[in-house]
Amino acid sequence: MPSSRLWLARPFGERSTLIFLAVLGATMALVVAANLLLAPEHPLHVSTYTVTLLGKYLCYALLAVAVDLVWGYLGILSLGHGAFFALGGYAMGMYLMRQIGDRGVYGDPLLPDFMVFLDWDSLPWYWLGFDMAGFAFVMVLLAPGLLALVFGFLAFRSRVTGVYLSIITQALTFALMLAFFRNEMGFGGNNGLTDFKELLGFDLSADATRLGLFIASGVALALGFLLCRAIVVSKLGRVCVAVRDAESRTRFLGYRVERYQQFVFVVSAMLAGVAGALYVPQVGIINPSEFSPLFSIEVVVWVALGGRATLYGAVIGALAVNYAKSVFTGVMPEAWLFALGALFVLVTVLLPQGIAGLLSRSRQQGSDDDSDTQPDTPTDTLDATPREATP
Amino acid sequence: MSFLQSLADRDRVFDFLVPEQSPVDVRHGPILYLEDVSVSFDGFKAINDLNLTIDDGELRCIIGPNGAGKTTMMDIITGKTRPDQGSVWFGSRHNLLTKNEPEIARLGIGRKFQKPTVFEALTVFENLELAMAMDKSLWPTLKARMTGEVLARIEEVLETVGLASLSRRQAGILSHGQKQWLEIGMLLMQRPRLLLVDEPVAGMTEQEMERTAELLLSLAGKHSVVVVEHDMGFVRSIARTVTVLHQGSVLAEGSMDKVASDPRVIEVYLGGDEEAA
Repeated sequence: MPSSRLWLARPFGERSTLIFLAVLGATMALVVAANLLLAPEHPLHVSTYTVTLLGKYLCYALLAVAVDLVWGYLGILSLGHGAFFALGGYAMGMYLMRQIGDRGVYGDPLLPDFMVFLDWDSLPWYWLGFDMAGFAFVMVLLAPGLLALVFGFLAFRSRVTGVYLSIITQALTFALMLAFFRNEMGFGGNNGLTDFKELLGFDLSADATRLGLFIASGVALALGFLLCRAIVVSKLGRVCVAVRDAESRTRFLGYRVERYQQFVFVVSAMLAGVAGALYVPQVGIINPSEFSPLFSIEVVVWVALGGRATLYGAVIGALAVNYAKSVFTGVMPEAWLFALGALFVLVTVLLPQGIAGLLSRSRQQGSDDDSDTQPDTPTDTLDATPREATP
Repeated sequence: MSFLQSLADRDRVFDFLVPEQSPVDVRHGPILYLEDVSVSFDGFKAINDLNLTIDDGELRCIIGPNGAGKTTMMDIITGKTRPDQGSVWFGSRHNLLTKNEPEIARLGIGRKFQKPTVFEALTVFENLELAMAMDKSLWPTLKARMTGEVLARIEEVLETVGLASLSRRQAGILSHGQKQWLEIGMLLMQRPRLLLVDEPVAGMTEQEMERTAELLLSLAGKHSVVVVEHDMGFVRSIARTVTVLHQGSVLAEGSMDKVASDPRVIEVYLGGDEEAA
């Protein structure tokens, strides 16, 4: 085999990206068309309720991609990514609250309802600026990004890795949850932020706005996917895999491992923040339960089910599990957690590479003409990282 | 444009702002110089007044029974362990005791660990690519593109270690011997002045040992090589100068024959001379 050939652009990986984007685009186009063009009584009509539900799933999928970036490629099992998701959501929620203006229950032109209720006479300083969309959208990126930067600086510089890091991320999101539950924090306490009216002047209850949010979520997912893909196929991505599999060896080659971890962690946190910001206007509420450790663990389960270190696997996992959740909780709500647990155990035992592993295996068998075309991750590497205990 | 760039290139405004990247000074002979080095762990003296000098381009074998301090010595040279006292110099300019692990690696000291640790999920080619001596900070790495220079260097090393035909295979499926060679290749990618090789032939077949001996001999001259090894037959096949460590200090030094006939060495090895013969 001619080793002089520049083969670093992996045909398999690039093709999977194109397939992913094509499927995502086609599905979204179909949903939009079925919502707009078909009459409500048509059997294939997609209701606006379903569109919003799908938009919510797409936000979850973006969150899963962010988790896959740090877990699948860098080996950092974050059990606290819900915190970044929620922070992005709160930044968006604060903007939406300020947009309510004097249309709230108490009709105060400046203060959100919960502050009037608490007898506050002025806006806390950290609420300033959130009446401007541009500022709020920057904060959607900055708030989770800064938290990840500070957290990463402390954790990675002291070389906290593996299970210990997972536990600390878990503690981080739990601490934030407790803090946001407090009324004195000024984020609405356990009720959170809700009763939103409009976003950028568009009525949030209007069908067109909901469709627009669905499309925005899809575009954000595609862009986030491409960003992660660009990182993963660069040399930096290969350094990440090296860190994942042999951290001290990578350090020994002269790489400042903590900087790489910090960079990727911050990028991932920002993606999670964007996902949260798009999620909030679609569900109409953000409250501290988004910080709950259980939610963050669920995200990890999505990624594990879909398949680590593939990115598209995370999307598949997020969509599949959340669809199953919607169906299941409708039929027998109390059994859902058992079903999720069973699903997780089954996939771990039978499909260590998740659904994506199943896909790439069948595809490889289908076109097994060239042994040079290798998938991004071999079977053995996922099992060869025992330090990441899965909950 | 280039004028603007030169303005932006603040390092060049004053000479003293140029980062210290001075070459290793070996005009006085030795490339590595350890003097009176001692280190103890919980009262146990792992290294005890060790003096060792490695000349530029030399191939040196270091032998010694278990617990003689061979690995600790490597740890001190590479900055993993700080000695309690003594001095360690790389050439006559770099005091290694003031530098951390990545800095020492960048100076040109490469170490091959006992257990081969290659990046199993990456291909042989990618393993070498990551090891290439170049700017390893974040942004250059993110923007790095494969250049002809890098490619040529990787192919050269692939030829040297004899893995050219396996360059696109995942490192995880290589045999034990191949992994060892790949790791030596990864060291060579960093263009080291000094190679520290820890037990290169442990667990190798006879043929693999022969190839490893050829490889190490071909490296001497271009690089200075320090080999720590247990296998006496292998040491005999490559050694020019042998240093025997015992209880953290040098017991004997010289040619293999001289060392093997030294009564103190024979005593330490308790019949190890038969194995050596």
